[in-house]
Amino acid sequence: MDELIFFINRGVVGGLIIGSVYALGAVGVTLIFGILRFAHFAHGDMMTASAFIALALAAILSSLGITLPIPLVLALLPVVMVLTALFAIGLDRAFYRPLRKRGAKPVVLVMASIGVTLMLQGLIRLFAGTGSRDMYLDAPKTIFRIPTGGRPIVLTEPQVALIALTVLSVVALHLFLTRSRLGKAMRAVSDNPDLARVTGIPIERVVKATWAIGGGLAAIAGTMLAMDVQLKPDLAYNILLPIFAATILGGIGQPYGAIAGGYLIGFAETLAVFNFSVLLRPFRDLLPAGFEIPASLAMVPTEYRLVVPFFILVAVLIYRPTGIFKGRVF
Amino acid sequence: MTGASATPAAPARPLRRELLLVAALLALVALVYALQGSAYATRMLVEASAYAIIAVGLNIQWGYAGLFNVGIMGFIVAGAAASVLMTVPVNPAFWAGSGAPLLGEALVWLLGAAVVVALVSQGRRIGLPKGLVTASTLIVAAVAFTIVSAKFDPATTAIEAGAGFIGGFGLPVAAGWIAAGLVAGAIAFVIGKICLGLRADYLAIATLGIAQIIKTFLKNADWLTRGTLTVSPLPWPVPTPGEIGFLWARGLYLSLAAIILVVVTLLLERAYRAPWGRMMRAIRDNEAAASSMGKNVDGRRMEIFVLGAMLMGLGGAVLVHFTSVFDPSGFVDLNHTFLIWVMVILGGAGNNRGAIFGAVLVYIVWTMSEPAALTLFSLARDWGSALFGWVAPADLDSRALQMRVFVIGLTITLVLRFAPDGVLPERLRH
Repeated sequence: MDELIFFINRGVVGGLIIGSVYALGAVGVTLIFGILRFAHFAHGDMMTASAFIALALAAILSSLGITLPIPLVLALLPVVMVLTALFAIGLDRAFYRPLRKRGAKPVVLVMASIGVTLMLQGLIRLFAGTGSRDMYLDAPKTIFRIPTGGRPIVLTEPQVALIALTVLSVVALHLFLTRSRLGKAMRAVSDNPDLARVTGIPIERVVKATWAIGGGLAAIAGTMLAMDVQLKPDLAYNILLPIFAATILGGIGQPYGAIAGGYLIGFAETLAVFNFSVLLRPFRDLLPAGFEIPASLAMVPTEYRLVVPFFILVAVLIYRPTGIFKGRVF
Repeated sequence: MTGASATPAAPARPLRRELLLVAALLALVALVYALQGSAYATRMLVEASAYAIIAVGLNIQWGYAGLFNVGIMGFIVAGAAASVLMTVPVNPAFWAGSGAPLLGEALVWLLGAAVVVALVSQGRRIGLPKGLVTASTLIVAAVAFTIVSAKFDPATTAIEAGAGFIGGFGLPVAAGWIAAGLVAGAIAFVIGKICLGLRADYLAIATLGIAQIIKTFLKNADWLTRGTLTVSPLPWPVPTPGEIGFLWARGLYLSLAAIILVVVTLLLERAYRAPWGRMMRAIRDNEAAASSMGKNVDGRRMEIFVLGAMLMGLGGAVLVHFTSVFDPSGFVDLNHTFLIWVMVILGGAGNNRGAIFGAVLVYIVWTMSEPAALTLFSLARDWGSALFGWVAPADLDSRALQMRVFVIGLTITLVLRFAPDGVLPERLRH
């Protein structure tokens, strides 16, 4: 029984958390890919930047002596989302729109987004240092233990918040895309930009909304990930590849596909490095004599974690470049 | 089309501009020689030439064919590792120990697994439905992976416990450099097979990933590369500083690197002016038109992608033998991918002279920027504390170096926006 709880704590909760982060990131990437037609490499650093904005705001409030029953960073999340959305629109204005206006090829935009990545990384490290920081300023992290008889199921406060916020954002996104005028316009532009333009859809507004949604979701994912582990300047760099893998797996331009892809990649990654021999331990006595359970039954060693999303990506590109939800292939 | 013998269509002005820029660059090199001493400046030039070989490799991928490769670091480190494996002296403890036969067995298993997976993936040829083939390929690949990794585990453990690492083959450096090109080219071939038919973004994502994976593998494969212990010293193709002194040895190494660079560039220029090069440009500028003229777009792209990657591997080998230490964690995206991108787009994509010019210029600026950034920030610290009582953070020096990351990013975005052709633009012949 304890082994099963261990599996839930490590495998299921771990996959759910990292999957939510990937899903939120991939929704932004897939919308930007679908509407602006380029892979936005700076998305990961936008997440890190949002976490730093959150930390800076919380530090200011806490130095003013303000305390709340919930962590300051969590309370500030709506503000951070708005700020990150504005920041994303600003990035577009400063770096991507001039290139689009010139009629540059999409690959030039990809390169510009790599330039933006490096700039953000440099700035974040310049102002915040290269070390890691704790997002909890005054109180330690609240930890929920759900009793099960034996070993409890452990969930931390940011994990609960992340799961709740992911569900909320997915529902909100669904309502926005299917019910609101702007959301429908976004889907139209994603499906066929030329047709959308001639039917009089305001492209600039759609672009702005895309960046705002991408930025807002990146803010949730970045802040929560930083709260769950620690805030490191290169936090987002390692999750960029899984996010792209999730985007392509889900099908480009498909927000629901991106969510499914994010969770698939998250679980695949977590379960691939999970040591399954723990689960077999209770059945040790049932095995015939001479059979030993190996000490490590993980599919891949932990340091090769990144290999898992990469191989999923390669398999998708070979066998189904449109992704599971039949997105587009450019 | 007037052919290769025609005079350049560009008027004399760009030529004068090129001469002026090259003269300015030579003056900069002379300045470094005067300020930092010959030994230091020669070292810098050797590294700059290695970078220039890599930059030419990227230039043909990007400038000739429009392929967007952001995994340059992976090809460099793979080439460097291949060259190290070939040239490092034989480790007798490995060949005598129990690790060698186990490793041989594991390699045979790997080969067998690759053959089986390849056969299963071709199941459509005997009329099996597509879904079944896909599913069975994935399942067989997963099973094969599990078996092969189970075979490798005891071998690598035995090697690490007994002999430390497998050593090398003790071959001459030339063999190592050829192997570097071949290994990098083989990796590029596999990536190209998967991604070249799709749009440029996919190639960018895949190369970014493979670079990280190659580096992770080499960093953790202690049996192959000694991991963090590093392999050192590496043999030199020319007499070492210990035999004939620093300046002579570095000078000889520089001549060798420069000869390779010049030969490679001349051959490429020749090919670029030939029908092959015209076809490349046609594909880059209008893929649909080129393919409707019956040009094999994917095949030509594959050629250039593999060729560029081979040059990257070769450049990596030249670089690693010069530093004489192979440390996988010393290869980072910033220095070995994005710096090279800056070199190529600043120099002028599609123009090998531009790539070489950019490589030398950017590498000098990059080397000099480290002391410059530190000086600037300690100045800021002194003034800040004197004028405003600002207490600088303790890690100011490590932060100062991060400023260079910002500058690289800013350079990329500014060049793309304001000078998309670079300082030495591609000269089009009409």
